[in-house]
Amino acid sequence: MKKTPLYDAHLKLNAKMVSFHDYVMPLQYDSIISEHHCVRKNAGIFDISHMGRIELFGDKALPFIQQIITNDAVRLVDNQALYTLICNEQGGIIDDILVYRRHENQFMLVVNCSNTEKDLLWLRKQAIDYQPLEIRDLTDSVSLLALQGPLSGKMLETTLNCKPDYLKRFYFSDLLWNGIRITISRTGYTGEEGFELFVDAKHAVKLWNQLLDKNKEDGIKPIGLGARDTLRLEACLLLYGNDMDETTTPLETTIDWTVKFDKGNFIGREVLLRQKTKGVDRKLVGFEMIDRGIPRYGYAVLKGTETIGRVTSGSFSPSTNKNIGLCLIKAQYAKMGEELQIQIRDKSYNARVVKTPFYKRELR
Amino acid sequence: MNIPSELLYTKTHEWVKKIDSKEVIVGITDFAQQQLKDIVFVELPSVGKELKMSKPCAVVESVKAAYDIYSPLSGKVVKVNHEIQEKPQLVNEDPYGDGWFLQIEIANLNEFNSLLSPSQYRVVTESEH
Repeated sequence: MKKTPLYDAHLKLNAKMVSFHDYVMPLQYDSIISEHHCVRKNAGIFDISHMGRIELFGDKALPFIQQIITNDAVRLVDNQALYTLICNEQGGIIDDILVYRRHENQFMLVVNCSNTEKDLLWLRKQAIDYQPLEIRDLTDSVSLLALQGPLSGKMLETTLNCKPDYLKRFYFSDLLWNGIRITISRTGYTGEEGFELFVDAKHAVKLWNQLLDKNKEDGIKPIGLGARDTLRLEACLLLYGNDMDETTTPLETTIDWTVKFDKGNFIGREVLLRQKTKGVDRKLVGFEMIDRGIPRYGYAVLKGTETIGRVTSGSFSPSTNKNIGLCLIKAQYAKMGEELQIQIRDKSYNARVVKTPFYKRELR
Repeated sequence: MNIPSELLYTKTHEWVKKIDSKEVIVGITDFAQQQLKDIVFVELPSVGKELKMSKPCAVVESVKAAYDIYSPLSGKVVKVNHEIQEKPQLVNEDPYGDGWFLQIEIANLNEFNSLLSPSQYRVVTESEH
């Protein structure tokens, strides 16, 4: 099992540790519900160093990226980030990632922990026509923290003495903090205002401790993977491996907007274009329970006695106080207000298709 | 860890309280609720259902996952605590009081012999901690 540089710091905070793919990660420090509310009300910090970080260098880096991803990287300026999918030739989703453009010939990708190895193999295989192109795995050498919540900007200012408000959403910049380079990116996975911080692995503990120590009065807390999951689900941010995988195409999900057919060729385009013309057979939609019961990954979705799909994510939602989920179902039933049944253990419980996100932050 | 001396226990973290010669009240222990943390859902059997010792009889769900609760004894459900369906957090707040699960009319008095004493149960919790 791999440990992030913050492993000991998590133990000191009495985290309940769990294995998550190759890593031992904090599930929760306190209670998932109170950690969840802390991020919605104040702000919390997450160790997300398990996520893969890959750097690309080369004169053909931009055309390479354009070929690999479904979204349009040509629209990026330096210091801007983009959420996108990587698809295979069949249009199946290999991963959902963030692409950061440092320069035209230098990009960084943040990928799912479970996919780092697979993505590296895929990138190296596709890179043959784009040489010279250097692909470097920075996962072990660079740590990644997320600071998320309405007070995150204020907390960054307190800790790093910077004014992060000048950063627009999906932009990033570097700063020096006591001689340590930190890349601050205005991105996140919670549906809140927030930032993600890249720092050299040997300084990760120092940054983590400073953030916790200096922002006690503003109510900062460390947040585990448990609350990360409830926060992202409420915001309808998909989870790779649950809500999508290589058997799903982008058009079947809620993130079909990440496919830009007008940008020119990319891997998977032909199949996806055909699917777009023909229409999809299945669709990912959000639902809430009408009856009392908690939907979980893998539960069957029924319409009467017919099985029409399965739950891909489900949980109690602390912010809405409802039981919510995402399900991949036959497209004809993917209509707002449609009533469905979720098979929970040996009974079926009524649910209703609703619009997503389930939770939206108040704009300040 | 609160392990009241007047109760009997199971290895699977249920407690049993005798209320008379035929009936018992069942719930989950303080140790169990601490391990589960935020309890957000409880599913209970219907009154009249016949339970078998050590077989699943109820479900509790934390934010993260669902867990079976096992019947400590065989018998018939005579009462269930509807209040924990409305307010599952009662199981966290008061596992031996307002957070009780069921009342069972027991079928076989001999089964009491397989339950654990408070000191035996403490050993179970220490080995799992």
